[in-house]
Amino acid sequence: MINISLCRLTRTRRGGGNFMKKIICSNQVINWLCSHQTTSQTTSASLFSILGDSMIIRKGIRDSSSCRLAYAGFMGARCYNSMQTGEQILSEEEEEDDNNGDSDFEKTKVMDYPGGKTTYTIEMNFIPGSFEERVKCYRVLDEDGYPISSNMLEHMSEELALKVYSGMVTLNTMDKFFYEAQRQGRLSFYLTSFGEEAINLASAAALSFDDIVLAQYREPGVLLWRGFTLQEFANQCFGNNMGHGKGRQMPIHYGSKNLNYITISSPLATQLPQAVGMAYSLKMDKKDSCVVAFFGDGTTSEGDFHAALNFAAVMDAPVVFICRNNGWAISTQVTEQFRSDGIVVKGQAYGITSIRVDGNDAFALYNVVRRAREAAINEQRPILIEAMTYRVSHHSTSDDSTKYRSKDEIEHWNTVQSPITRLRKCIERKGWWSDKEEFTLRLKTKKQVRNAIDEAEKEEKPLLRDLFTDVYNELPSNLMEQETLLRETIQRHPKDFPRDIPL
Amino acid sequence: MWGIVRQNVGGASGLSSQVMRLRPVASAMRNYSSATKEMTVRDALNSALDEEMAADPNVFVMGEEVGEYQGAYKITKGLLDKYGPERVVDTPITEAGFAGIGVGSAYHGLRPVIEFMTFNFSMQAIDHVINSAAKSNYMSAGQINVPIVFRGPNGPAAGVGAQHSQCYGAWYGSVPGLKVLVPYSSEDARGLLKAAIRDPDPVVFLENELLYGESFPVSAEVLDSSFCLPIGKAKIEREGKDITITAFSKMVGYALKAAEILEKDGINAEVINLRSIRPLDRATINASVRKTNRLVTVEEGFPQHGIGAEICASVVEDSFGYLDAPVERVAGADVPTPYAANLERMAFPQIEDIVRAAKRACYRAVPMAATA
Repeated sequence: MINISLCRLTRTRRGGGNFMKKIICSNQVINWLCSHQTTSQTTSASLFSILGDSMIIRKGIRDSSSCRLAYAGFMGARCYNSMQTGEQILSEEEEEDDNNGDSDFEKTKVMDYPGGKTTYTIEMNFIPGSFEERVKCYRVLDEDGYPISSNMLEHMSEELALKVYSGMVTLNTMDKFFYEAQRQGRLSFYLTSFGEEAINLASAAALSFDDIVLAQYREPGVLLWRGFTLQEFANQCFGNNMGHGKGRQMPIHYGSKNLNYITISSPLATQLPQAVGMAYSLKMDKKDSCVVAFFGDGTTSEGDFHAALNFAAVMDAPVVFICRNNGWAISTQVTEQFRSDGIVVKGQAYGITSIRVDGNDAFALYNVVRRAREAAINEQRPILIEAMTYRVSHHSTSDDSTKYRSKDEIEHWNTVQSPITRLRKCIERKGWWSDKEEFTLRLKTKKQVRNAIDEAEKEEKPLLRDLFTDVYNELPSNLMEQETLLRETIQRHPKDFPRDIPL
Repeated sequence: MWGIVRQNVGGASGLSSQVMRLRPVASAMRNYSSATKEMTVRDALNSALDEEMAADPNVFVMGEEVGEYQGAYKITKGLLDKYGPERVVDTPITEAGFAGIGVGSAYHGLRPVIEFMTFNFSMQAIDHVINSAAKSNYMSAGQINVPIVFRGPNGPAAGVGAQHSQCYGAWYGSVPGLKVLVPYSSEDARGLLKAAIRDPDPVVFLENELLYGESFPVSAEVLDSSFCLPIGKAKIEREGKDITITAFSKMVGYALKAAEILEKDGINAEVINLRSIRPLDRATINASVRKTNRLVTVEEGFPQHGIGAEICASVVEDSFGYLDAPVERVAGADVPTPYAANLERMAFPQIEDIVRAAKRACYRAVPMAATA
């Protein structure tokens, strides 16, 4: 028979408010419990059912080796074999005030491994890969452009909203015509942003011109917002002499130092660590601006994405990471790209404050980017924004997406869910816009785009010397020699070379 | 393979005052009783970094273990204490990450010096070196220049196996937009690193782990904080008239040793320390070959598409008529580096290989295939 009087029963609060029993008993009792674990099942069973979910602490421990208790056999009661733990607990116990048990108890539940204190648990719970409920998506307007909540704080003014809308229409028109130009053979390549106009313009509207933008390739709207003209877009695409790019890069690889938009680079995700580096530089300069890096859902599989986010968090870099989760990476759907709940949870994994927003809602985007930018600058830390949207475009002119998705699906997102239509309904309802203005805008934009294309096509190609410049800061001797040789060869054999190279 | 005869060279042997002796790696002891100061390559690099960081507040160092640990090879020793964690940045383990971040910071006007623990690890970041750094100025039509330096040990050390022993001279040397430097002595290390940091273009700076501990005499001019070597100029370490031997990094020391051995056989060799792989000093090489009419190229890297191949092509293009013998290439074996000491020794050029190659080019030995 066990003498329960040898045990002192205390009740103390476990984390979470559940009470559990602490039984402090002598070595004698422990040994009894051990020995009866395997033999007298019924006796021990009833005792253990009383003990239930209790913690048994061996008092006066001097040897911890005597008893090895099978956890399962105790049905929830635990026993400390460790001398240190036992002694620690006991020394806490001596001064314990039963009513104040929980603070002591919490103290003892802490583990001190490198990286910070964590509390331990006896429950082996694996954190699920994803929760049943996905992270919620912030939204202001519904599909018909009605504000969902009557409380519309910090929203775009009329002037700003109209400018954003105008920009979205211009981008859409530019895309349509340039895409056609490629189909007609006048351009070698083009990439459209259909369905993602809101992300392009609303985020741009929320930034300052001092914020440095590192985009992926589906964000020309940001450049448009900052003042890059349709003519400049066309010049770059046609690779003519007027283009800022001196014909160096393929179409849509725009860039402008003046407008703080870094030249687009083809390998995915490389702009992300670069963004962190630029933010580090801004941080050292203590500037009142941040860096904004855009990327798609597919890009988050690249190693650079992870390196960049991790680094940004460690370095407290003022970067706003904006992910356009448009559901597709060429023909790879997001379900085949990753298994996580989108990208927003990945930010949290790196210790970065993150948010999910409706990417087809211009008002919501504006609010979120504004707030993120403030936090990044004032608190000098990175923020991640996941903008949910749909890639109405084919990946590029080299892709025909009807091969891997239905035309109906594309059409649905192009019409019913169009961000342009949604915003238009909203501003018309507010009395800021009308059919007449719509007509005028569309007509004007079409004319401008057509004109830009025609002019760009007629423009001269880049000079021969621009084959060799900018490889290095200064033209090196071997390139000077090559250029001289080339010119001599062209002079001697003009038939071997095309006519339209300006020398 | 005959045994190695290590010659104990006396002071006067008709060579220039900058004769070097190969010493045990670990020691940096003084050998000369003269007033010439000596400096290890490690100290040369450290002092160059220190001086450039002091002169320009935009220069900063980034890499694994460069700060608290004082540098994996102690090249950045003392810099953290002197300049603080903002300018000596310890990074998480991600070459792709910190190379990209370095390039990004260079886009915005900082002058990063990125350390790769060895250039073998730079492969995890090579996209950033090539596609983000090398090509940016060109692709952006001069709007974005990248004044970055990527530095670290390159090539084999001793007994570190295949993934720690490759020479990346040929890899980076083939990319337009990069400058690739290969210092040998402390003077090279100081002058070229300073030049690299001051240069507005991206520079790949290939050091050698075994040279870090070697001491070389340095003049007062070299020790001055404004000292700088021009990028793209090779140095004639030893003048000669019978045969030209080109080498870079550790192989310069071997070539000089080989030259001493050849001298005993009446062959007067000219040893060229390339100092720069890109731009390659074709003028100096060709002028030398036009004088000597014979050429041996030496490198530790793999033979195919190596530095020797490029030099040979250049000489054939520019000085074909002056060649009296086919160009001999001495390079590493065409195998991933083995670990076992005996195998490793067979995988890299030894002094005797250079001597035999030179003799072949002088028609002094039975002609054989290039492999010895």
